[in-house]
Amino acid sequence: MKTIIYIVQKEFRQIFRNKGMLPIIFVLPLLQLIILSNAATFDIENIKFSYVDHDRSSSSRGLVENFEASTYFNILNSFPSHKHAYEAMEKGEVDVILEIPSDFHTQLIREKQVDLGVYINAIDGSKAGVESVYINQIIKNFNRNIAISTTGFNPLQNQKIEVLTVPSFWYNNTLNYKIFMVPGILVLLVTMLTLFLSGMNIVREKEIGTLEQINVTPIKKYQFIIGKLFPFWALGLLIMTIGLLISKIIFAVPMIGSIPLIYLFTTVYLLVILGMGLFISNYTDTQQQAMFIAWFFVVIFILMSGLFTPIESMPDWAQKITLLNPIRYFVEIIRMVMLKGSGFKDIIPQLTIISGYALVMNALAVWSYKKTN
Amino acid sequence: MSITLKNITKSYKKVTAVDDISFEVKPGELFGLIGPDGAGKTTLFRILTTLLFADKGEATVAGYDVVKDYKEIRKSVGYMPGRFSLYQDLTVEENLEFFATIFGTTIEENYDLIKDIYVQIEPFKKRRAGKLSGGMKQKLALSCALIHKPKVLFLDEPTTGVDPVSRKEFWDMLKRLNDKGITTLVSTPYMDEAALCDRIALIQEGKILKIDSPSNIIDQHEKQIYNVEAKDMYQLIQNLKEFPENESVYAFGEFVHYTHSNENFHPEKLEKFLSERDHKNISIKPTSPSIEDVFMDLARKKDVKPTENEA
Repeated sequence: MKTIIYIVQKEFRQIFRNKGMLPIIFVLPLLQLIILSNAATFDIENIKFSYVDHDRSSSSRGLVENFEASTYFNILNSFPSHKHAYEAMEKGEVDVILEIPSDFHTQLIREKQVDLGVYINAIDGSKAGVESVYINQIIKNFNRNIAISTTGFNPLQNQKIEVLTVPSFWYNNTLNYKIFMVPGILVLLVTMLTLFLSGMNIVREKEIGTLEQINVTPIKKYQFIIGKLFPFWALGLLIMTIGLLISKIIFAVPMIGSIPLIYLFTTVYLLVILGMGLFISNYTDTQQQAMFIAWFFVVIFILMSGLFTPIESMPDWAQKITLLNPIRYFVEIIRMVMLKGSGFKDIIPQLTIISGYALVMNALAVWSYKKTN
Repeated sequence: MSITLKNITKSYKKVTAVDDISFEVKPGELFGLIGPDGAGKTTLFRILTTLLFADKGEATVAGYDVVKDYKEIRKSVGYMPGRFSLYQDLTVEENLEFFATIFGTTIEENYDLIKDIYVQIEPFKKRRAGKLSGGMKQKLALSCALIHKPKVLFLDEPTTGVDPVSRKEFWDMLKRLNDKGITTLVSTPYMDEAALCDRIALIQEGKILKIDSPSNIIDQHEKQIYNVEAKDMYQLIQNLKEFPENESVYAFGEFVHYTHSNENFHPEKLEKFLSERDHKNISIKPTSPSIEDVFMDLARKKDVKPTENEA
């Protein structure tokens, strides 16, 4: 026990003496949390909208006005012809082109049906999808108003039966993406930091040769490993705490569930990450190698965590892979507990999986750590 | 016996680093492994300190088998690797305390043993190890290797990269430790340090050339060696190699060491040979061999064809 305490003490001394590392550990993650949470938005605004009006009637102007009224679209330009508009899109000046045919007004009155041309720049597929939904909504709205005004003669007879849906968004009723993103990004930062630091730590001792000296001492495997990893476990919890404070103070993220429950999960979760770090450092010889391998896993974990793209929309095989992703469970849990107020019973499945994961990971790490080669 | 090796062999892929080596080190002995870089010295150290498994052979340290009783060995040996391997970002005192703690002892308990060495670096005990000079780093490393009062001390090239004054100091310290009864196995590429050991093993390319006390090794060397001197050293070596029936020619400090392949050597003939080739200030004097001369001779004989000698 005395040995472990001394190693822990030594590690902390080394961490706090490393003047290059301190800001990386404490300042960068928090800056990232603040910047990323504000920047990683799913809202699509300021869409560069343009139109080609061949009709120039009251109806076509009305339709364009509907777009002007929307906060999502910035009306940039009206082009005289499709060709001009298309050139502008080529140059990246516009995102969306609405082409109104010359017989728009007459067709609308006479046939009650008319085709509109909508061109969307779909280089960014998800953005184009959202834009298409916005455009359809505006046109639908316009359509309803037209229907009422043109068939106003006998509204009761002609009115279509319409089903109106009024969605109510639970757990985040204003659909504020920050509330949704901040806990997720916090998870990501805590994971990256502890994985990188623990992964590089033992390799560093290999690199500078101190491990060789340590290996010729009667120190026990478990003493060394616990002594080495405990400081990063503590650091992980500290970063988590600071991150939670920032979420509360700067982003006003609701914390409906129990905070101790989040800490309980974090405690176990960090063991998985530290085990992974140790495992990586056992199989690498330099900090550079360790860093690359850690990066490789982190990138996969992040992209498949459900943080940026919902797991439900992934292909089946990818969904199965995410079952191996520890970040996935943590993102799920932190959102569940903070936003929904889930209790201990609700998180039992994830907690069990993560505990099992921690056991397996650390067993592997300890097994692969050898004092002899 | 403090250290025994029996037919130890170790290969890395295609290279045989240590080839069928056997020797013994008596308790309290200061034993030197002398050989050039790449001779297999470090591999031997790593096998004896349980960091590496040998492919073949058996070895014991302080009576414990290096494979079966590795735990006991780790408790009872001190190891100082060739590369400085203490924590550069910890202070002198913290490093020493750290090693004392992991060996389950305290600085006070064994202070007697390291006192001589530690007092020299004590004024800098609050300084980080990385900021020490080369000689002081070695003293600190030796203190750390001694802090648990080891039975056997392994020092892998402790004086490589250390200035001549510090080297001498370091060897004085080793002698004093040796007087306290600590068995020491030390390796060095410097032949002049070999004379300071009780016994030495000359080692090259993973094989032992000779094991004996330095004085015996020199005494048994029968070849007469001549110090040859002239103005143009480079040209002198070239011309000596052209001299009929020469055996070996190599630079040795300010002289060239020359041996003849048979007993019929006449310095006058050589002098004449050299002056015909425009050499000035020629002097040819017999000299007594050093360990280096013996090593050169043995290394040359070991190879099938004579090597280009260089020093």
